[in-house]
Amino acid sequence: MSADDPFEAIKQTFFLECEELLTDLETNVTALTFGDGDGEAINAAFRAVHSIKGGAGAFGLEELVRFAHVFETFMDELRSGRKPCDDQAVRAMLHASDVLADHISFARGLIPAMDEERSNTVINDLRELIHGGSVSTTPDNDPDPTDPSLEAFDFKPVMFDFGALPLDSKTETAADGWIIEFKPHFRLYETGNEPSLLLRELARLGPTSVTIDTSELPVLSNLPEAGSYLKWVVELQAPLDRHAITEIFEFVDSECDLNLTPIGGLTSGLAGVQETSSVPVDTVDIAALLAAVSEDGAKPVPAGAAPALAEQADSLVPSVAVSNDTPKTVTAPAGGAKQVAATQASIRVDLDRIDKLINVVGELVIQQAMLAQSVTECGLTVDSSVKLGLDDLELLSREIQDSVMAIRAQPVKSVFQRMPRLVREVAEMTGKSVRLVTEGEGTEVDKTVVDRLAEPITHMIRNAIDHGLEDAQGRMEAGKSKEGTIKLAALHRSGHIVIEVSDDGRGINRERVRKIAVERGLIAHDANLTNEETDNLIFLPGFSTADAVSDISGRGVGMDVVRRSIQQLGGRISIASQPGKGSVFTMSLPLTLAVQDGMVVRSGGQTLLAPLTAVIESFTPKVGDLHRIGSGDWVIRFRDRFLPLINIARILGFEEADKSEVDDIQGIAIVVENEAGSQAALWVDTIQGQRQVVIKSLESNYRKVVGISAATILGDGRVALILDVDALIALGRQQANHVNFKLAS
Amino acid sequence: MTKKILTVDDSRTMRDMLKHALCDAGYEVVQAEDGVEGLEALEREGADVVITDINMPRLDGFGLIEGIRANPVYRGLPILVLTTESSGEKKVRAKEAGATGWIIKPFDPIKLIDVVRRVSG
Repeated sequence: MSADDPFEAIKQTFFLECEELLTDLETNVTALTFGDGDGEAINAAFRAVHSIKGGAGAFGLEELVRFAHVFETFMDELRSGRKPCDDQAVRAMLHASDVLADHISFARGLIPAMDEERSNTVINDLRELIHGGSVSTTPDNDPDPTDPSLEAFDFKPVMFDFGALPLDSKTETAADGWIIEFKPHFRLYETGNEPSLLLRELARLGPTSVTIDTSELPVLSNLPEAGSYLKWVVELQAPLDRHAITEIFEFVDSECDLNLTPIGGLTSGLAGVQETSSVPVDTVDIAALLAAVSEDGAKPVPAGAAPALAEQADSLVPSVAVSNDTPKTVTAPAGGAKQVAATQASIRVDLDRIDKLINVVGELVIQQAMLAQSVTECGLTVDSSVKLGLDDLELLSREIQDSVMAIRAQPVKSVFQRMPRLVREVAEMTGKSVRLVTEGEGTEVDKTVVDRLAEPITHMIRNAIDHGLEDAQGRMEAGKSKEGTIKLAALHRSGHIVIEVSDDGRGINRERVRKIAVERGLIAHDANLTNEETDNLIFLPGFSTADAVSDISGRGVGMDVVRRSIQQLGGRISIASQPGKGSVFTMSLPLTLAVQDGMVVRSGGQTLLAPLTAVIESFTPKVGDLHRIGSGDWVIRFRDRFLPLINIARILGFEEADKSEVDDIQGIAIVVENEAGSQAALWVDTIQGQRQVVIKSLESNYRKVVGISAATILGDGRVALILDVDALIALGRQQANHVNFKLAS
Repeated sequence: MTKKILTVDDSRTMRDMLKHALCDAGYEVVQAEDGVEGLEALEREGADVVITDINMPRLDGFGLIEGIRANPVYRGLPILVLTTESSGEKKVRAKEAGATGWIIKPFDPIKLIDVVRRVSG
C-alpha cells in the first residue's frame, strides 16, 4: 500500500478511533476495577484492544501490534474464564492500558520516545499472568513466551496462511503440471462457495482441460432436493508450485475431497475417471463449460447439484421462494433495537460549526434586544402589535439559544468515569483503602466546561485521599470504618452545575491552617476569621498544608491552581469542613460559557452587569445603615450584620478616589457573595433591570482588567462590562474605600 | 452490473480501508457497524458479498453469519470473515457458522479484491 492521500486519511481516522477505543478500554477496565463490570465489560475491553491491533497491523505499526497482541491474549484468557479477573488482573490491565496509550501516542508522533523498558515489563507481567497457574495457552498462538522474535513473527502482516490445510509447506513444483481431482461436499455449497468460480481460478493459472464425473448422480426421479454428486478432474498444464493450487481451495479445504497429482507421476487415477466419465469435455472449450456450469451452479441453491439438470433445479426454486418468508431466527440481545435507534438518532458534527451557530444566535439575541429597545423608544404602547410580535420574537430567540446551547451540553460522565481509576492509583500509592461513590453522572454541562473539569476534579480527589482521609489505623482510632469514602457528585442548582467532592476523613485542621497562613504572611497574626474563612485559606496562592510537597497531591501546585482554573471557567469553589467528619469541596460552574444572566446596573455613569448568580439581594439603605470604621472602610448594615461596602465607581476608577466630599450619593446596595461565602455590598447608582447577555471575552478583545470578568453588548448597542464579584470583594479588602456616603433622605 | 459488498466491522478504520479498497476496484459498498446492523442492512439493501469482522458488540461475526444462513434466500451468499487470528480456531468456527472464506487482517487491497472475486465471480 502506498502512502498516498487516502491512506494517510485513513491513518488519521485510525488514530482518532484509537482515542475512542482507549476511552472505551479504560471505562470497561475501570468497571472491572470496582467489581461492577459484567461479562460485557471484559468483552468490550477486549474488542477495543483487538480493533487497535487490527488497525495498527494495517499501518505496519509493529511495536503497537506486538504489545496489543499480548494484551489481547491476556484479556482473552479472562473473558474465556480461563483466568480469574481478580485485583491483580485488573491492575495489570490498567498498566497495560497506559502503555498501550503510549504506544499509540508514539506511533502518532505525539511523544518523542517510547519507554521500552516499561513496555517490556508490562509485556512480561502479562505473559506471566497468561502462562502462570495451571492453565496453558494454545501453543500455536504463543509458541515461546520468552522469545520476543517468535511473538513478533506470529502477526507479521501475512496475507494468507495455510495452517488449516493439511499440506506440508515444502515447495513442490511439478514439471509439466497437475491433475486436480475435486469433489465438493454438500457443505461447500452451504457455505456459499461455488465450484465454477474455483475452476475459473484454476483456469487463470494455465491451460486446463476439465472432465466432469457424473457417475454418482442419481436419476432424475430419485434426485434428492439437496446433495452433492459431481466431481471434476482438471488437468492443469503449467509448471506450478503445489501452493498455487491449494491456495485456490483454501476456503473449501474441509468441504471437499481434493487430490493433487503431479503430471508424469500417477496417471492411473485420471484414467479411472475417464472410464466412468459420461461427459467428455473439449480441452479447448473451457469457457463454454464454465459458462454452462456457472449458469446453473450459481443459482441460490441448497441443491447446488447438477448443471445437467437445469429443469430439475428450476423446479426446486419455488420451495426456496416459499422459505423466503421464513422469519429470521437470530435475535439480537435485549435492548438491541433500542440501541440501534439511539445510534441512528445521533450525528457527528464538527465543533466549529456549532460554535459558529452559537455565535450567530448570540448576535441574534443581541439584535433582537436592540430592536426591542428601539421600538420602546419609538413610544409604541405595550399592547401594540409590533410590541406583542417582538415579545414573541424574544421568546423564540431565547428558545433557539437554549436549544443551541443544549447541543453543546454533555454529561459529566466522561470526566467522572476517569476517576475510579485515579482513586485506585492514589489509594495504592498512599496505602489507604478508598471507595469512590459517584452521583449525577448524567448531569449535563457545556462541552468546554466538561473538558476543563477533569483537572480540578483530579486535583481535588488526589487531595482528598492524600490529605483528607486518615490511614487505616487513624480511621480505626476515630471509630470509623477502615475504608474511606470519597464522594463525587454533580447536580444542577439554579442555573449552575455544582460538583462536590467530599470525603469522610479528618476534616481541616484549622489551627494548623491558621498557623501556616500566619507563617507565610497570608493573614495578619491577629486576624479574626470565621471557621469558613479559615478553611478557605487553603485556596490562597502559596499555601500548602503538606509538610513536604507530596508526590500525589502536591505536584508542585496548590489548591490555588484549582481555584484559578475554576475561576477561569466563571465558576467558584469553596470548602466546608467538619473536624473529624470530613470535608466537602463545592465547585459551582456556569452551564455554559457563552451566556450569563445579569443585573444591569449604573455606576459612575457606566452601565455594568452584576452576574445574577453572585447576587443575593438588593436594597435601598436607610439613614443609619452606613457606618465608617475608623478612618477608612465603610460598612453597611444588612439583616443585623455589617457587610463591607464596595463603591464600584470608585474602585474601578470611574470616579476619582481622592474626591473628599461626595454630595447626595443616592444609591442602592447589592449584596453579593463569593464562592467562599464572603459577602459584601456593591454600591451602585441604579438598577436598570435583569437580562441574559452574550459574553464577549474582554481579555481576548482588549486585555485583562481587574474586577471585570468579561463584556457584553446591550440592546442599545453599547458595551457593558460584567463585574467580577470575587475580584471586587478581594479588591475591596485590599484598598480602603475612602469615600463619604450621604444617604438620600 | 456493479456488485454490492456489505462490510460489517465495528472499527471505523477497518470500514474505511475496506471501502477504499473495494470502491477503487469498482464495487459498491454498504457499511454496518455490528452484526445487528449488518442483518438489517442486508435485509434493507441486499448484497452480493458480505465481509464481516468477528469481534463486534451486540452480535458478533459468527452470530451474523448464522443469522444470514438461517434465511434460505441467503444460503448461497458468499460471506468472508476478517480475522487477525493466524490459528485455525477462528476459521474453523467461522466455517461452522457458514462462512465462505476468510481474509486475514491486515490485508493487502489487491489480495482482498482477489478473494472477493474468487468467491463472487
